[in-house]
Amino acid sequence: MMSDMIEYRIHGRGGQGNVAAAYLLAATAFEAGWACQAFPAFGAERRGAPVAAFVRVDRAPIQLRSQIRSPDFLIVQDDTLLHDPKITSGLKPDGAMLVNSKRSGEEIAGQFECRCVSIDATEMAMAHIGKPIPNTALLAALLTLTGHFPLSALSTALGERFLGEVLDQNLTLIEHAGKAVPDGLWKKETADA
Amino acid sequence: MREALEGSQAIARAVALCDPDVIAAYPITPQTHIVENLSKLVAEGDLHTEFVSVESEFSAASVVLGAAATGARAYTATASQGVLLMAEVLFNIAGMRLPLVMTVANRAVSAPLSIWNDHADSMAVRDSGWIQLHATSNQEAVDTTIQAFRIAQETELPVMVCMDGFILTHTMEPIDLPTHDAVRAWLPPFEFSRRLDPNAPKSMGMLVTPEYFPEVRHSHHSAMQKALAVIEETDADFETAFGRAAGGLLTVEGSADARIGILAMGSTIGTLRAGMADFADEAGPARLITLRSFRPFPTEALRSAVEGLEHLIVIDRAISPGLGGIVGVEVSAALAGMSKAPRVSNHALGLGGRDIPETIYVDLMAAVRDPDAPVFSIFDAEMEKLAPEDR
Repeated sequence: MMSDMIEYRIHGRGGQGNVAAAYLLAATAFEAGWACQAFPAFGAERRGAPVAAFVRVDRAPIQLRSQIRSPDFLIVQDDTLLHDPKITSGLKPDGAMLVNSKRSGEEIAGQFECRCVSIDATEMAMAHIGKPIPNTALLAALLTLTGHFPLSALSTALGERFLGEVLDQNLTLIEHAGKAVPDGLWKKETADA
Repeated sequence: MREALEGSQAIARAVALCDPDVIAAYPITPQTHIVENLSKLVAEGDLHTEFVSVESEFSAASVVLGAAATGARAYTATASQGVLLMAEVLFNIAGMRLPLVMTVANRAVSAPLSIWNDHADSMAVRDSGWIQLHATSNQEAVDTTIQAFRIAQETELPVMVCMDGFILTHTMEPIDLPTHDAVRAWLPPFEFSRRLDPNAPKSMGMLVTPEYFPEVRHSHHSAMQKALAVIEETDADFETAFGRAAGGLLTVEGSADARIGILAMGSTIGTLRAGMADFADEAGPARLITLRSFRPFPTEALRSAVEGLEHLIVIDRAISPGLGGIVGVEVSAALAGMSKAPRVSNHALGLGGRDIPETIYVDLMAAVRDPDAPVFSIFDAEMEKLAPEDR
């Protein structure tokens, strides 16, 4: 795998906007000038069933089309999925997990022995858009934590997908969610920066 | 303009750029998003076409058959069982030499039921007389769709654009859609010389007695062979106009010194490319051959493409039970009689959506050096999952 490639895996339950989150993250990377690839774990998506989606980004065009086996980052949209120890399977040793949960990141990190941050994305979404759809809040938090792409790229990607009130509410939501986590906590130190 | 688009959405928009007069399609996974996006374009007033909602794939194919016969530019899309339900009509469309375009979102065929990707569906109708072009990426699928309309009307042959279900249809990636004006300038308005015309009545698809049947078949075969040049020229002309080609009949890439070649159709080539870039040190270099035109089959181009190779690995994404790989057997036949033909080994991969990992490149290259490796195998089948008597 090329050195600039970053792979993300998104876990959630059908109906939580998992594929939408993957497409939004890919579109965000695209807006920031990166090559991107986003796809669902191919299958029959049913409301409530555990589902996954994948995102791959790179500075160079992406050729690889396999499913993502060893992601750099995980997003878990529903903490009831944490009962499954396999949820972190393949996560790189220096990888990290962002979870939508009322539980603390430290507590979850202890359970899985990996870096973990949590935010209550469902509550944030309820407050700002009136629906329990946690995906955009989580994406904003991921961008703040990793510094991969600017929040403005996510705003542009949202603007490609939503209009009017839904767009405005989501823009407010990501502004709020982006400030709920430590800036640059998961930023990779670059040797020759 | 380059945009991050889902493959299916991009295909729907590419079809719309070609100004189809009639679209008829019945939704089936993984083609559904193409039809959904087309009907959305119609509903939002962005595509002015006769969109016919039908109750089955048999009807979808019948509607576009009739539409093309009247001189309309027509389009449909399907996958898997839908291809099979269309099968009878597909042979009729081709036999009547009707210029039509169809997307096949390639998917396995039942039983056992599988919604996932392989090439069993389009392979099942490989002898129907349709042109079959395979795309390795969504960009190629978009560009091939636009080219297909021109190839169809120039050759008076129907064109099937094959793209891997899910792996392409459901993947968002950067795609450059040409402008409507650019496509209109490149793609001539639809004309069909043999269209049904009340002022000059004629019949189509009539009974042909033994007196003429072989001649009809000969002319169809001959038209398919002549289509080889049209496919190449169309891609070259597209490249002149839009600055990128979509794969001609086939493309060759990789190391010039390689003595091992790998031939594949569709999205698998991307994963092989990545594998070769990342594992060339341990697995050695290869020449990658992407076969875009499966029908007509480009025998001469293939013979040039393999020159200098000692070994050729042919990847199949479907099998003919009791024979083995389909592309593998056809490639072997095409190379037979060459003075220095490479030794061919043939592996089916990713049947029913089995994920093809990047390391497949290493495993395929290792199999060439294994004297006990079979000439044909379902390469990623895990024998321990089978009872001993089924192995």
